[in-house]
Amino acid sequence: MQGRIHSLESFGTVDGPGTRFVVFVQGCPMRCAYCHNPDTWDMNGGTLMEPEEIFEQYKRNEAFYHGGGITVTGGEPLMQVDFLIDLFTIAKKENVHTCIDSSGIAYKKNANPDWLAKLDHLMTLTDLVMLDIKHIDPEKHKELTSQPNEGILAFAEYLDEKHVDVWIRHVIVPGLTDDDEYLYKLGYFIGGLTNVKALDALPYHTMGESKYEKLGMAYKLAGVPAMDKDKLIEKKKVILDGVRKRREELGRI
Amino acid sequence: MRPEWKDFVGGKWDKEVNVRDFIQRNYHPYDGDDSFLAEPTQNTKDLWAQVLDLQKQEREAGGVLDMDTKVISTITSHGPGYLDKSKETIVGFQTDKPFKRSLQPYGGIRMAEKACSDNGYEVDPEISEFFSTHRKTHNAGCFDAYNQEMRACRSSHIITGLPDAYGRGRIIGDYRRVALYGIDRLIEDKQEQKDSTGRVMTDDVIRLREELSEQMVALKMMKEMAASYGCDISRPASNVQEAIQAVYFGYLCAVKEQNGAAMSLGRTSTFLDVYAERDLANGTFTEQQIQEFVDHFIMKLRCIKFARTPEYNQIFAGDPVWVTESLGGVGVDGRPMVTKMSFRYLHTLTNLGPSPEPNLTVLWSTRLPENWKKYCAKMSIQTSSIQYENDDLMRATHGDDYGIACCVSSMVIGKEMQFFGARANVAKCLLYALNGGIDEVTKKQVGPKYRPVTGDVLDYDDVMDKFMDMLEWQADVYVNTLNIIHYMHDKYCYERAEMALHDKNVKRYFATGVAGLSIVADSLSAIKYAKVEPIRDEDGIIVDFKTTGEFPKYGNDDDRVDEIAQEIVHKFMTAIRRHHTYREGVPTTSILTITSNVTYGKATGNTPDGRKKGQPFAPGANPMHGRDTHGAVASLSSVSKLPFNDAQDGISNTFTIIPGALGKEDQVFAGDLEVDLSK
Repeated sequence: MQGRIHSLESFGTVDGPGTRFVVFVQGCPMRCAYCHNPDTWDMNGGTLMEPEEIFEQYKRNEAFYHGGGITVTGGEPLMQVDFLIDLFTIAKKENVHTCIDSSGIAYKKNANPDWLAKLDHLMTLTDLVMLDIKHIDPEKHKELTSQPNEGILAFAEYLDEKHVDVWIRHVIVPGLTDDDEYLYKLGYFIGGLTNVKALDALPYHTMGESKYEKLGMAYKLAGVPAMDKDKLIEKKKVILDGVRKRREELGRI
Repeated sequence: MRPEWKDFVGGKWDKEVNVRDFIQRNYHPYDGDDSFLAEPTQNTKDLWAQVLDLQKQEREAGGVLDMDTKVISTITSHGPGYLDKSKETIVGFQTDKPFKRSLQPYGGIRMAEKACSDNGYEVDPEISEFFSTHRKTHNAGCFDAYNQEMRACRSSHIITGLPDAYGRGRIIGDYRRVALYGIDRLIEDKQEQKDSTGRVMTDDVIRLREELSEQMVALKMMKEMAASYGCDISRPASNVQEAIQAVYFGYLCAVKEQNGAAMSLGRTSTFLDVYAERDLANGTFTEQQIQEFVDHFIMKLRCIKFARTPEYNQIFAGDPVWVTESLGGVGVDGRPMVTKMSFRYLHTLTNLGPSPEPNLTVLWSTRLPENWKKYCAKMSIQTSSIQYENDDLMRATHGDDYGIACCVSSMVIGKEMQFFGARANVAKCLLYALNGGIDEVTKKQVGPKYRPVTGDVLDYDDVMDKFMDMLEWQADVYVNTLNIIHYMHDKYCYERAEMALHDKNVKRYFATGVAGLSIVADSLSAIKYAKVEPIRDEDGIIVDFKTTGEFPKYGNDDDRVDEIAQEIVHKFMTAIRRHHTYREGVPTTSILTITSNVTYGKATGNTPDGRKKGQPFAPGANPMHGRDTHGAVASLSSVSKLPFNDAQDGISNTFTIIPGALGKEDQVFAGDLEVDLSK
């Protein structure tokens, strides 16, 4: 099945392990205040591309991707599960490392069983999910992203059940997502999972702002400063404290 | 075996001059990490503070601190110079004091005069008179032999940057020979070479005999110069300090006599490590002392200076010397050639701080030890001062004892050399093809009066056909100009010190170069895939273009245009190969105008790809700025498709990336979740 593609980046170094070929899909239901790719929101934009065509582009420069692989990000990749299955089926045949960078928003526990079956299938083809948890608190999450986080947290547990390796990503925005109480809670939640291999605390930056200007859209976080690196490291520690606490309670340390 | 060679494993090298054999039999590959490295000593810190102060004074003085205007620089022309004699473990400056630039008129007296006058100095009138009246220079020789066409091509910049008024450089002496054998043995060897030349006195034999004599004179002078510093290099070096000193003296002689466009050092670190390992084992020196020698050696290399004009510095973007030293790589037997000394060289970037010179170049192979790779990466991140080149590619051609001259020119040390040949502006050649040899800027007839293109829309096959004819012409005039240049350089500005440290029969690469490749590729792509209408001035000369529609652009891994680029390189090289080259030089070409792309752009009119008159070319083989829209890999991939066989002198790609785009900082990214917490 064709994918609705925003763009392809041949040299991705921050979207999973190693140097990666990154596929940006078009379309996302989330409206995160700090999103730096608002041009990927529109569900009808982008270009339709065949999975074979995309894989061919990866393949011709494979030498650059030792230790890396393919990452699909967006946009929200899980809005296009059929396309992902086709792309990753080809990739896994050639032993290419596959990664999905997702907000988890597409997942609902009571989703259509056909869709869930497809998701199960996709997960057998996926080596790593980078799950971006925007906020641990349901209310705050909704304020920040326009969507509830119930399904997202359920998706994290689903991935645990399926034994899919996960990196948790969390963007830390000054004044918005840097409250120690919630960060600790986030860590506490992560500590309950057995499949999390890494925590990627992302400092908020203001580089997305110019895109909003170009698109003629209002930028909700105008005036919010970029996250300071030293503070970020402190905040990461708070999350790790939560992880440690939960793991202790569960007797996993 | 000589006493200085005690504990070394013997072999061919102790019977003949063969440094590679010595290295291969005696070096110890090192696959450990950087934890053994020593901090700078107090003496090192003091000396470096002195150098920094001199650098500051030099900047404040407008770029030049002192120039010699009276003494013509030779190996022995100047007495010893020091920073602080009591603290220096490795000694030697080009003149009698640090930061004083030497006077080297053999390349051309006018260039020497201008380098002085532009910096507020005046060459002694007697010297000017001598080199204008009594002794011809390389530059004067070239202009005696040039024909009208060559002069026209030179002034219209379709051939450009020619080394006809300055030293050609790009020749690396095997400076290690001085350390391993001592000068006396090398003189004996040269005498034998002279005795064994052909008996029929043809031009070639006469020239060789004269050159070998010059080389022996240079070797004797090296000994004398070293003696003025209290060092005896007539015999082999007996420890690592003497070995480093001897290597440096060899190099110093080269830069005392040649102000070359690139004066590179070679591949010395693993050679020197053999001495260091022996000294460590015998307790002769400690790690700290050895690092101090290396620090002082590198410090000296950072003080190499030449008298140059502002125009020269503009072409080369700064005041570069290209003291390139090649590190690492893998031997043909599969053993990595990384030693502790390779680490010590890079460690100078920590002990003395980052610096563009010497140009530390890591010969990269997938088979290098992990620890070395990590250390290189770490030092690159900290200092941005390391150059990398593909050893796996070059080893296939050159084996495991080659070095890099300048930025990418590879040659086997002591066995191969290069005639540096600047470059041909192929973008301008394309415009000549359209205009029947008329220069688009000066409106003069420079090229042959071939038929110009006619009609309102450019036709790909027609343009290609005409371009190929013009390229043949360009290659012809270019190679012939270079033949004159190298003939005259050998005659009037011979590199006797460097050639004394070469074998008798050297392989000479006849280097040429291409500028404007990406412009030509995109222009031809535009003509093929979009609609390009030429705009003519009142005299019917095409001076601009109207391009309608999309066309594939070089730098996006798109074969439609990348194949055009490959074809141009191949056609250019084929045209070069068809010509006679001076001294049986093996023709090569390069695509590496790293800094001069700005200057070339100024001399070139509007091009069909949309580039405007005067706008810079892309550097080297780079795609034009902003036209590569599919990320770095796609861009690099387009460049990597260029055929190395047709561009053996090197293909360069200048690549800048913000650190954040290269991956996560280790403190920020916690890939350690498992490591930290599941213990």
